[in-house]
Amino acid sequence: MLFVVATVFLHLQIPHEETPAKKLRLSKPSKSAALHIDLCKATNSTDALQYLLQFARKPVEAESVEGVVRILLEHYYKETDNSVRLKIASLLGLLSKTQGFSPDCIVDDAINTLSNEKSHQVLAQLLETLLIIGTQLPESPALRLRLVEVAYKHLSDTYFGVRNKCLQLLGCLGMVDAPLGKENEGAGTSLGGLRDVQSIISDYFGDQDPRVRTAALKAMLQLHERGMKIHQIIYDQACRLLTDDYEQVRSAAVQMVWVLSQLYPESIVPIPSSNEEIRLVDDAFGKISHMVSDGSWMVRVQAAKTLGSMLQVSPHFLEQTLDKKLMSDLRRKRTAHERAKELFASGEFSSGRKWADDAPKEKLDTNTVNLIASGACGAFVHGLEDEMFEVRIAAVEALCQLARSSPSFAEKCLDFLVDMFNDEIEEVRLQSIHVLREISTHITLREDQLDTVLAVLEDSSRDIREALHELLCYTNVSTKECIQLALLELLKNLNKYPTDRNSVWKCLKFLGSRHPTLVLPLVPELLSTHPYFDTPEPDMDDPAYIAVLVLVFNAAKSCPTMPALFSDHTFRHYAYLRDSLSHLVPPLRLPGRKQVYGLDSVDSGPGSGSVESAQLFLQQSLNRVSTIQNLEAPGAQDLLDLTTRDLLRLGELQTELAGAADFCATYLRCQLLLMKALQEKLWNMAVPLCLKQNVTATAAAQQILEETYKLEFLYSGLESRQVATIHHVRLQAKALQLVLTARTRQGLDLLIGSCEKFLQDVESFQRLFLTELPHLQDSFVDKLLELMPRLSSCKPVELVKILQTTLRQSGLLQLRLPEQIHRATATIIEPTGESDNPLRFTSGLVVALDIDATLEHVQDPQNTVKVQVLYPDGQSHVIHPKPGDFRKPGPHRHRLITQVYLSHTAWTEPSQIEVRLLLAYSSSSTSLTSPSKLGWSESLESLPPAEAAVEGTIPFSKAVKVFIMPKPARR
Amino acid sequence: MPEIKVTPLGAGQDVGRSCILVSIGGKNIMLDCGMHMGYNDDRRFPDFSYITQNGRLTDFLDCLIISHFHLDHCGALPYMSEMVGYDGPIYMTHPTKAICPILLEDFRKITVDKKGETNFFTSQMIKDCMKKVIPLNLHQTVQVDDELEIKAYYAGHVLGAAMVHIKVGSESVVYTGDYNMTPDRHLGAAWIDKCRPDILISESTYATTIRDSKRCRERDFLKKVHESIERGGKVLIPVFALGRAQELCILLETFWERMNLKAPIYFSTGLTEKANHYYKLFITWTNQKIRKTFVQRNMFEFKHIKAFDRSYADNPGPMVVFATPGMLHAGQSLQIFKKWAGNEKNMVIMPGYCVQGTIGHKILNGQRKLEMEGRATLDVKLQVEYMSFSAHADAKGIMQLIRMAEPRNMLLVHGEAVKMEFLKGKIEQEFSIDCYMPANGETTTVTTNPSVPVDISLNLLKREMALGGPLPDPKKPRTMHGTLIMKENVSFMLVSSEQALKELGLNEHQLRFTCHVQLQDPHSDADTLHRIYTHLKSVLKGYTIQHLPDGTVIVESIVIKVSSSAEDSNTKVLLLSWSYQVKTWTLFLEGLPMQSKPGSSPNHLVIESLF
Repeated sequence: MLFVVATVFLHLQIPHEETPAKKLRLSKPSKSAALHIDLCKATNSTDALQYLLQFARKPVEAESVEGVVRILLEHYYKETDNSVRLKIASLLGLLSKTQGFSPDCIVDDAINTLSNEKSHQVLAQLLETLLIIGTQLPESPALRLRLVEVAYKHLSDTYFGVRNKCLQLLGCLGMVDAPLGKENEGAGTSLGGLRDVQSIISDYFGDQDPRVRTAALKAMLQLHERGMKIHQIIYDQACRLLTDDYEQVRSAAVQMVWVLSQLYPESIVPIPSSNEEIRLVDDAFGKISHMVSDGSWMVRVQAAKTLGSMLQVSPHFLEQTLDKKLMSDLRRKRTAHERAKELFASGEFSSGRKWADDAPKEKLDTNTVNLIASGACGAFVHGLEDEMFEVRIAAVEALCQLARSSPSFAEKCLDFLVDMFNDEIEEVRLQSIHVLREISTHITLREDQLDTVLAVLEDSSRDIREALHELLCYTNVSTKECIQLALLELLKNLNKYPTDRNSVWKCLKFLGSRHPTLVLPLVPELLSTHPYFDTPEPDMDDPAYIAVLVLVFNAAKSCPTMPALFSDHTFRHYAYLRDSLSHLVPPLRLPGRKQVYGLDSVDSGPGSGSVESAQLFLQQSLNRVSTIQNLEAPGAQDLLDLTTRDLLRLGELQTELAGAADFCATYLRCQLLLMKALQEKLWNMAVPLCLKQNVTATAAAQQILEETYKLEFLYSGLESRQVATIHHVRLQAKALQLVLTARTRQGLDLLIGSCEKFLQDVESFQRLFLTELPHLQDSFVDKLLELMPRLSSCKPVELVKILQTTLRQSGLLQLRLPEQIHRATATIIEPTGESDNPLRFTSGLVVALDIDATLEHVQDPQNTVKVQVLYPDGQSHVIHPKPGDFRKPGPHRHRLITQVYLSHTAWTEPSQIEVRLLLAYSSSSTSLTSPSKLGWSESLESLPPAEAAVEGTIPFSKAVKVFIMPKPARR
Repeated sequence: MPEIKVTPLGAGQDVGRSCILVSIGGKNIMLDCGMHMGYNDDRRFPDFSYITQNGRLTDFLDCLIISHFHLDHCGALPYMSEMVGYDGPIYMTHPTKAICPILLEDFRKITVDKKGETNFFTSQMIKDCMKKVIPLNLHQTVQVDDELEIKAYYAGHVLGAAMVHIKVGSESVVYTGDYNMTPDRHLGAAWIDKCRPDILISESTYATTIRDSKRCRERDFLKKVHESIERGGKVLIPVFALGRAQELCILLETFWERMNLKAPIYFSTGLTEKANHYYKLFITWTNQKIRKTFVQRNMFEFKHIKAFDRSYADNPGPMVVFATPGMLHAGQSLQIFKKWAGNEKNMVIMPGYCVQGTIGHKILNGQRKLEMEGRATLDVKLQVEYMSFSAHADAKGIMQLIRMAEPRNMLLVHGEAVKMEFLKGKIEQEFSIDCYMPANGETTTVTTNPSVPVDISLNLLKREMALGGPLPDPKKPRTMHGTLIMKENVSFMLVSSEQALKELGLNEHQLRFTCHVQLQDPHSDADTLHRIYTHLKSVLKGYTIQHLPDGTVIVESIVIKVSSSAEDSNTKVLLLSWSYQVKTWTLFLEGLPMQSKPGSSPNHLVIESLF
């Protein structure tokens, strides 16, 4: 009975689902009519406002917008309450933004409303609406002209909001090419002369309201963004606004001055109170530098950021920014004479670093030099010392930009950047290390500078140390002492923080390959060889010794004379390291070691050409497989088996194609499993006889299911087509399961439930992959869908029979490969699993285990990656790392550095635990729901009932064993 | 003209004993009430008899403002309020109010208990004095009375240091106290808005110094300490208990934390612990970093810095010790110095100024043999370093503050005269404002030009607005008619004349101007009048011109009558009469070009000259 009801329900639902478009139209009564009724019902303004607010929450489809607008306007004219009119005005703006609606038909009405409006607020809102309409219709110059005129007419309003909006309108819509009022004879008269937008806007630079001044500057910037060339006359006005009392104005003025300095860098401007002239960009640079010591930190950030992009500035101005003592005097460098130099030399100002050096000296002629003046001087010194770290970061970034374009400046700012390594905020320290790395191509570190840089290696923050290692990879040093110093400090670092091993080695690798000639004289000392005596052979497992060897071997790569200095054990160690740490140790041409050389050449043999051939091979294998018509075809199994093996090997050989090859192999394995399960003889046997085989088939079905989840979630770069294919396999597996359940005869109720669920699955498959169905010709689903009406009405037993035959008859679905496909992988770097030293802890208490892992091609690792700890007694814990534990060192790469807490009560013997990373997935979060072409409102109402979300985890890293020894708990 | 008078009682061309009197808008305000470190007699306190010979200070002073807790800014406070006698309000910020009594008590102990002075203020007096203190918040405007208002700004320098903006009407003075324009590890930078005071009274301790970037200094300091520690040496840092000590502690603490160092850091105990407690409490007065991170960990809860015990000085191995006092002239720092001076691995770092005569001053000047009491000599083998960590604004900082506040006049205090002179020149040259540097007891007078606010009646304003254009041009002054009413106890009021008459209960008197114009016209009176009427009608379009039956022509409010003269009937006398209204006047002048009339040229002249 229950079954019948269910089918009837399904029956009803399916046609219902097929016509979503129709349903949409029916459910929407005319918005305009409803609104009209509501507004008429409103007895007072509060009610009306409520209706409008409610109305605003729902969308209006394009075709009825105009009607709604008419009703709103009608009400607008009748309404006496300002707030209601304001709301209507804002609604008009909102409605004009509706997709597919062209607001040109309501422009006239909107403009008309302006003429009778008395309330300033409403006026401002109406202008805002006009602005929206104007921006919606960018291709209508006539309309723009009209709107600009409207704006111009209201510019003299007494309310700042109205003036603001007018200026905004002018900025967004003002004619870029034609000056306002030149062409239009009729309307031009009302404008009181022919004036262009820029001069009109610039009149408001002197407005009494700071908000209007800001709006005027912003409007001007808007014009610039739209491609209008701002006149140079504006420059003086903008500079004056730099000293405005209000920070928004100053901030906007900084931008304005910057824009002009980029437009007219080479123009000459006079220096006030002298008869000299300088380039505009230099002048602007000086003025903006000045703003770095502004009273408001927002302005300071703005100014510091802006400085970074003024690359055309003259070098001597640039260098002033780093000097506190060289005052604005440099402006007159051309006329400056020797006396100025003496002045600095005589130390008029004390530096505060030496005792009593500020004892007053005889007064110098202060008229010659204008010392503590404005100008660029010391801007960065100030910025880097600022109280707010936002300003400091902005200054560091600006330094970086400027230094990249000017090697001499890079040299100069080095000391300052190095000083920033000592900042109190880690973010700033990190940023300055990164910046130094970026400009390090320009600079060669001196010994003392290197010394300061290396001091940071003792920092307890891992990020800082790794950034510094990265920096050292790119650094040029000048002398062999520097190399020695760097090595020494790195070894110290290694000693203090053993976890930095990999990073330090990598750093030394680059250091060695960059400075082979500097390393050469150090080799005997480094390897502690002696001309007469044999020295003891160093411990091969000592990370410090490995570090030294990495440095030496990498230097030796481009320095053929070096191997002559090696002692015997060095060669042995080379062979060992070349094998175990091949990414750190390069292939060397060693005398008398041909075989090593030979091996290397094979390894480095495959070039880029082989990728294509591998690709071809992959494609051919797939094509070969596609010849299998039927799962029962003879020889199909062997072919699948073979191809799977080929593909796996290919993936190992060609890392570029590993993702694709693995993906295909897994898919084919699923097919193979399915094939095997179906070919079992058991299908023809009586049920009780084949219980055993039944078990293997069940296991196969289960495995296929698992594999499909791996296929779906472990690989990135899948397209909808592949996802459909994967789901198809899953459906097959489910069908298999259903058939197997039916054979066990565990009661009808259970079977009915399973059938129902299966049918739902089919249905949702159809819904999700509607667009992909044509590609699934002749497949299992295709056949199933043909039989769908019958299926949904027949009895479970019958259904199972149908499924069984369909499964066996359906063909193999060909796999189409997407462009890029990557498998998510994870490598646990730490713990290594090699350590013999057990981690000691008191049982019953907690021990922290550091985990360091690299993740590749994992999307959204913060939510998906988990750590699994497997205890010796089989218990397992899944730990979710904090989002902050993930770092992103490169594209598609993540780094997980976290701690997991282990604890177990009943633990007496030392034993090993296993740690691995899991990738969590949830089928509800897949992105395969067809891209919603439906309107945003429908998505809420007619969303299909969510498929029962399947959640699970896939292990995607090798398990690492950690040896743990408990200490007995003290009582 | 109103004046502002500033008289330093201390700190005029001098460092120490800050005490400045300001008279502004009829109010007398005392800024700071400090003591001089260099004297032990009467000169250590300001000369309060300058204010009044007999009679209580309360009658002469409206309020007293203390900028921060250093003794040279607040040391004379109990003496003044309890012994000289002052009951008026005393203003200081919350942290100052908290820490100031600790320092005063310490000061009292040294003077009375150790040096055995009598006639000094007692602990009870300190307590009584603190009861009179009204705490200030940053940027809070406090009305001292109806006219006087003060507002505190952040000054850096030490915890709770403030600059004050004192305002009476539209006259104002800013007193900076001591301030620092470069932020450091625990305090932010001084900040003030563009308040454009009449006088900016600024300290000028470092008038001739432009300091290196603080990062260089910090780096040098840390490097020196670190190297010395790595060598296994001991580092002694003599400090004063409050202010820079905390700064250096934070610097070393974070460095130890970052570099994972293990060597112990000690702080000689005493009043520091009590004060550190307040540092922990007044987090809002510190810099961005500490304010942001105190939820996770209060930076003043030091992990690596422990209390010092005198037995630790002999412990082997490296260590860093902060010890008081700062100039190595007595106490614990001197004891430790004596112990460590003989080893060249050790180091002493002087983080601030040392007064002449102290051991600190001697060793900084390179003396390697010191005479101790009892004829013993001490060989100084340890390294001596000087690092200026003083938290005063340097020359550039002072200039920056001037640029921020935009004062009309500048006044320098709290500095040496020669250095001030130099800075004065720079300021006058750079900003072209007057700069003063009065000595103690010397009065500087600055005349101000305050604007007098007048209320205007809305009706009048609207009427005037209607006459002119739609929007008043802020750049152009405009004349208007109105009556200024000055009443007792009420501010000025500008009203329309009608309203003024009504309020005063007076009748309006009409003032009319008349003039006679002689014309040669043969026609009869009536005809002449008619001719004038028709002429005017043709010329003055748009004006109401009436020809009344009683023989007058009225143009707006101008009345014209014609009568023949007694002697000659051809000579007509034109009687013009108009009320006191400029507007119609000008109309008349424009609109009556008499030369068009026959034989009117002389008359035209007459009329023109009349107008």
